[in-house]
Amino acid sequence: MLRYVFRRFLTAIPTLFVIVTIAFFLMRVAPGGPFNQEKGLNPVIKANLERVFHLDEPLWRQYLYYLQNLLQGDFGPSYNLPDFTVAELFKAGLPVSLQLGAMALTLALIIGSGLGIWAALRQNQLTDYVVVGVATAGSTIPTFVIAPLFQLFFALTLHWFPVGGWGDGAFINKVGPVLTLMLPQLAIVARLMRGSMIESLHAHHIRTARAMGLSDYSVVIRHALRGALLPIVSYAGPAAAALMTGSVIVETIFQIPGIGRYFVDGALNRDYTLVMGTVVLIAIFTVTFNLIVDILYAVIDPRVRYD
Amino acid sequence: MTDVPVSHVPTDKGRSLWADAWARLKENRAALWSAYYLVFMALLCVFGPWFTPHEFTTIYQDYNRVPPSFSSYPKPEMIDLAVKDAVQRSRVQLAGWEEKDGKIIITITSAKPIDERMTRYIDRSSVFEGTQVVEKSFDSLKLVMSTSVEQQYFFFGTDNSGRDMLTRTLMAGRVSLAIGLLAGLVAVVIGVLYGASAGFIGGKTDEVMMRVVDVLYALPFIFFVIMLVVFFGRNFVLMFLAVGAVLWLDMARIVRGQALSIKRQEYVQAAEALGVNRWGILIRHIVPNLLGPVVIYMTLLVPQVIILESFLSYLGLGVQEPMSSWGVMISQGAKNMPSANWLIAIPSFFLTTTLFALNFIGDGLRDALDPKDR
Repeated sequence: MLRYVFRRFLTAIPTLFVIVTIAFFLMRVAPGGPFNQEKGLNPVIKANLERVFHLDEPLWRQYLYYLQNLLQGDFGPSYNLPDFTVAELFKAGLPVSLQLGAMALTLALIIGSGLGIWAALRQNQLTDYVVVGVATAGSTIPTFVIAPLFQLFFALTLHWFPVGGWGDGAFINKVGPVLTLMLPQLAIVARLMRGSMIESLHAHHIRTARAMGLSDYSVVIRHALRGALLPIVSYAGPAAAALMTGSVIVETIFQIPGIGRYFVDGALNRDYTLVMGTVVLIAIFTVTFNLIVDILYAVIDPRVRYD
Repeated sequence: MTDVPVSHVPTDKGRSLWADAWARLKENRAALWSAYYLVFMALLCVFGPWFTPHEFTTIYQDYNRVPPSFSSYPKPEMIDLAVKDAVQRSRVQLAGWEEKDGKIIITITSAKPIDERMTRYIDRSSVFEGTQVVEKSFDSLKLVMSTSVEQQYFFFGTDNSGRDMLTRTLMAGRVSLAIGLLAGLVAVVIGVLYGASAGFIGGKTDEVMMRVVDVLYALPFIFFVIMLVVFFGRNFVLMFLAVGAVLWLDMARIVRGQALSIKRQEYVQAAEALGVNRWGILIRHIVPNLLGPVVIYMTLLVPQVIILESFLSYLGLGVQEPMSSWGVMISQGAKNMPSANWLIAIPSFFLTTTLFALNFIGDGLRDALDPKDR
């Protein structure tokens, strides 16, 4: 097992390398640069800035510089948020995004699975239809509709929660963002769980378990759930990576100081280092969570072995 | 046996996959009603804008943000304001106005002689039309005009600049649906071609091709989209071809998996053993079995694209004014929310119900085409 994990880490390195390379060159072929502003910077200042950041050198050399810095764990300075390095921005924003993402994911997994199992056990009954309907609604209503509606109803009308802001991580400030982040995930998890649970309940070993007179609880939770969990686990990996690296929409609407908005802002402002840092961060999260998913697979499904 | 009536002969003709799927789809009422709804929505959006009383670009200055109403505008209490506003614009004094025989009689005075052409000022207001001079005092310092009120209907109200929301919502629907279809098609074409080639060729080629997909997968997808927007500018046709070109990854994986498994099915081997040529196998066995997942995935892809488009428009990267899409309208509505909730409610309703319908059709198709369920 340990050998497998180690090997997977090694194979992740070339993937990361390719991602960094593609992102770097894609970013650079895009027209414009970090110091091309509408007003037009004084050419001397612009030349100076570009020299400081090595932007006047050939592209391949810039690429090597970047790789060299990255290997030393240096993401470089942000071009558009002067006085901050990318690492500093991440250090301030990442805990916020991580917290919100982790809370949303945990809630979505617990509630979504519960709803999915409930619907599966009552397939084609009213409960089932209600759960499927709500889940479909949850996965189709865009976040940027849910978030303002939440604000309108719970913040502006009922005054239960603040409209936005982080409030140094006060619980009451997290409710809105976590709920809006959670809802679409919850809906998808519930639908996945319902489908795989129905399939799992039809399996032969479940029929055997029932024939042997095991209690409903034992059949569903100990035997059927195990098989039904696999699709959820493989969904949760990429979802965790996406949620924990922040959401532009939720962070913008609720004015949360996370890292979600850096990506879009950075790409639009050609803030090369910031975008690259975000890409690397997201890729690392994705690779890590995919690894965790693979390990969990082996834990859940005894047929999967990695030796 | 010969005198058994024909109608009682048991039909033992096998039902084809599609006939069977169709029969099962018709059983699924949610899917069927969703299909009707979607057709209705598509017809409404395509043909609707020609029948609404307003152009989607026309600006009615006097009707900024009026709420939805089935009775006509101007409301009686709005006429006073409109008269005062129009007269003030023409820099003369209002002496009074009254309503007579359905006409509005406006009397104005001024310290300087009044030009008769100032009726134009009244006509310019979106409330009045056909203004005429009724009476003019000999020194031209007083003028009596008669004008009729132009009745307008805004069933969905108007937006911030005074444009009809009904027409705009339908126009935006055209854009959203077109984008969904267009990008969905592009993604399906690329995905099917790529996935099918990888699956059929197999071996080293397959490995390399799928490795490429893996790497693209790990790249944040929104990064791609933003880069494409940067490249292509804000030309929405090009952009959504590009969005489609990004969304093909799932499709390629699904199709490749299918192709790999179909290739090894006994019925394909049987057909090969019987001497059916490659083309025949492809048409008779492989394509029909591939089509199910492709169709299902496409119906689920279209809503994804529509959401993505609205997400991009929300960030200001999507469709540009004066064109609009549901996503654009929602993002504009969100900014005016507490005071003018119909601006967000109407497009949200259209968008969500359409997505809802698409999802139900996708689910219905999946159930109908799943051979395991038979």
